Amino acid sequence: MTDVAEEREVEIDTKRAARSQASARRAAIIEVVVLYAVCIAAALVLAAILVAATGGSWRDVFSALLDGSIRRPGRWGLTLGTALPLLLVALGTIVNARAGLVNIGQEGQLLIGAACATYVGVRLGGPGPVVIVALLLAGVLGGAVWAGIAGALRYWRGVPEVLSTLLLVTVAANAGGYGLKNPSLLLAPAAGRANRNQVSEQLADDTRLPRITVFGNEFPISVLLGIALAGAVAFVLARTVPGFRLRMLGRNPRTAQRAGVSATRYGMGAMLISGGFAGLAGAAMLAGGDFGNYQLVPGFSVNIGWTGLLVALVARERAVAAISVAFVFASLRTGSGFLAATGVERRITDVVQALLVLALLIPPAVIYIRSRRRALAASKDRV
Amino acid sequence: MEAIWDVLSSEVTYSSAVRFAALLLFAACGEWVAERAGTLNISVEGMILAGAFAAAVGYDRFGGSVAAGLVAGCLAGVLIASVQANMSHRLPADQFVVGLTLNILVLGLGGFLDAELDPTTQRGATTDIPLLSELPLLGPALFAQPWPLYLVYPLVPLVWWLPFRTRWGLEVRAAGEYPNAADVSGLMVNQRRREAIYLAGLTSGLGGGYLVLGAIGAFEDSIVGGRGFIAIAAVIFGGWTLRGTVAGCVLFGAVVSFRLSLPQQGYDSLNTELLSALPYLVTILGMALFAHRIRPPAALARPFLRGLK
Repeated sequence: MTDVAEEREVEIDTKRAARSQASARRAAIIEVVVLYAVCIAAALVLAAILVAATGGSWRDVFSALLDGSIRRPGRWGLTLGTALPLLLVALGTIVNARAGLVNIGQEGQLLIGAACATYVGVRLGGPGPVVIVALLLAGVLGGAVWAGIAGALRYWRGVPEVLSTLLLVTVAANAGGYGLKNPSLLLAPAAGRANRNQVSEQLADDTRLPRITVFGNEFPISVLLGIALAGAVAFVLARTVPGFRLRMLGRNPRTAQRAGVSATRYGMGAMLISGGFAGLAGAAMLAGGDFGNYQLVPGFSVNIGWTGLLVALVARERAVAAISVAFVFASLRTGSGFLAATGVERRITDVVQALLVLALLIPPAVIYIRSRRRALAASKDRV
Repeated sequence: MEAIWDVLSSEVTYSSAVRFAALLLFAACGEWVAERAGTLNISVEGMILAGAFAAAVGYDRFGGSVAAGLVAGCLAGVLIASVQANMSHRLPADQFVVGLTLNILVLGLGGFLDAELDPTTQRGATTDIPLLSELPLLGPALFAQPWPLYLVYPLVPLVWWLPFRTRWGLEVRAAGEYPNAADVSGLMVNQRRREAIYLAGLTSGLGGGYLVLGAIGAFEDSIVGGRGFIAIAAVIFGGWTLRGTVAGCVLFGAVVSFRLSLPQQGYDSLNTELLSALPYLVTILGMALFAHRIRPPAALARPFLRGLK
């Protein structure tokens, strides 16, 4: 065989290898898409069966959900307003998850943030815009302090932050309830009658977040802030030195330590930021107008904290992806308001949401396991 | 001070404390085993609720048989456990996310199906155990209760015996302490962890059944109301020992009933929020103060995959 022929053969080999690599990649992409499609379809079918089994019609439910969240006039503005706190909570969760910390107490941090914002918003006199900024900052501070307790316990007493954040949720709920019983804290001064409703005073008109109207859809201006913050979080995590250090801490704490990243400083920082975002979500809920009536009520947090946590995880800890996930989850929430007409219990949306989250957890896990198996098999071949 | 004395000298206080403590014990016993195996099983709240709902439906559909209700409750608890177990220990999905999602799922399902099926139940009559129930003060509290509560008395020793006196239990504890070593010794780490979660589902479901058929008498979706989290707090408070867990359950059960019985006796000036938050505060404080002495299972909440640290 001549040299030329040999060279040609090598060339053909490399081409073939490249082609098989490309087809392998294509197969992998198809696998991912099929997996996601199957899992989501399974969740939806399960929900549809549940609706059908109890005598409802899933078509009606679906169309009512669409009506309530997007189609009817003015509804998508409401959905945007609902998505905002979910997005904010998710952004905070992304920061702590990237740092390798598990904060599952956003529900409580959000409530404390809202309570602090109420206190400042009602008590602080002054020009409207100043009060708005002050109450948002108070929310951030409240949430950050509440998460900071868990962070401090983690770094100075060795208490796992998973446990302390979880336990602090109920403490926060009770602290909020206590505040709402005491006129010196949050309870609205009873106007001539015993105030047994346990609600706070309403925010004054000029201390509410301004609302924008687009095509007949109204939403608070904080939605724009939320989208900007999502971009900022994505940028800081991906493109800056502190963001890099944070991710290093999450990926490999030992490497981070060798590289001089202080786990205490960065971990504590991540906890504070995470709580701050949850607190901001609470303050924005209070001043935004889509939740309650510009006042703090018992059970104000309505599971936004828990759901926001799920948004972050479904978005696979990517800040920009969290925007659309938050919108989908908010759609389920706002859409549920229209379910009464179909005769199906509105709680079905909670079920759909939970089923979707469970379904979305499966594909990444399966892909991870498969890729590990493949790598293991390949390493065995080499040996 | 007088308030405390009044409450401490009334039999009602003790019997309601025992009722609350029993629910916590049912859930915490299983949760304790699951945590010793390395799973921080947050879905215990959902397991109790699922058990309670299934028990109500079972009781209603099987002609008012408490036993059938309890069996249905156990099955529902195990069903939730199987989702948790397979998703977090067969697939490596994050156990907290799975747990939280399951809690939301069960809460939604409970509300949804309750509106559709609307089971009717009632609280079972009390069964007095002769002689013992005539003891002063504590006798009626411990031995004159609906019979499902008595299941907790054999459950506690059983849950001690399983992890500490059986081969299975040794393997479970190994899976929670040093899964890599357990794995190279040929133990099925994730299998044992799944089984421990099934046990948690079983006891929590039983607890739910007891709650609806033995303590409260009617299902509503707020029936559990965070007591699953108190059970988790009790396990942590007990420093992951069974003795401590039982003590935690009794203490927190007493606190809960104290909060409920004080207003009934005319003392409503007390800070009920503080009392509700007390179990959690005590647990956090305990962890902070005794962090060096209380040691969680070394692999608690760490997923096990072969070849990963």
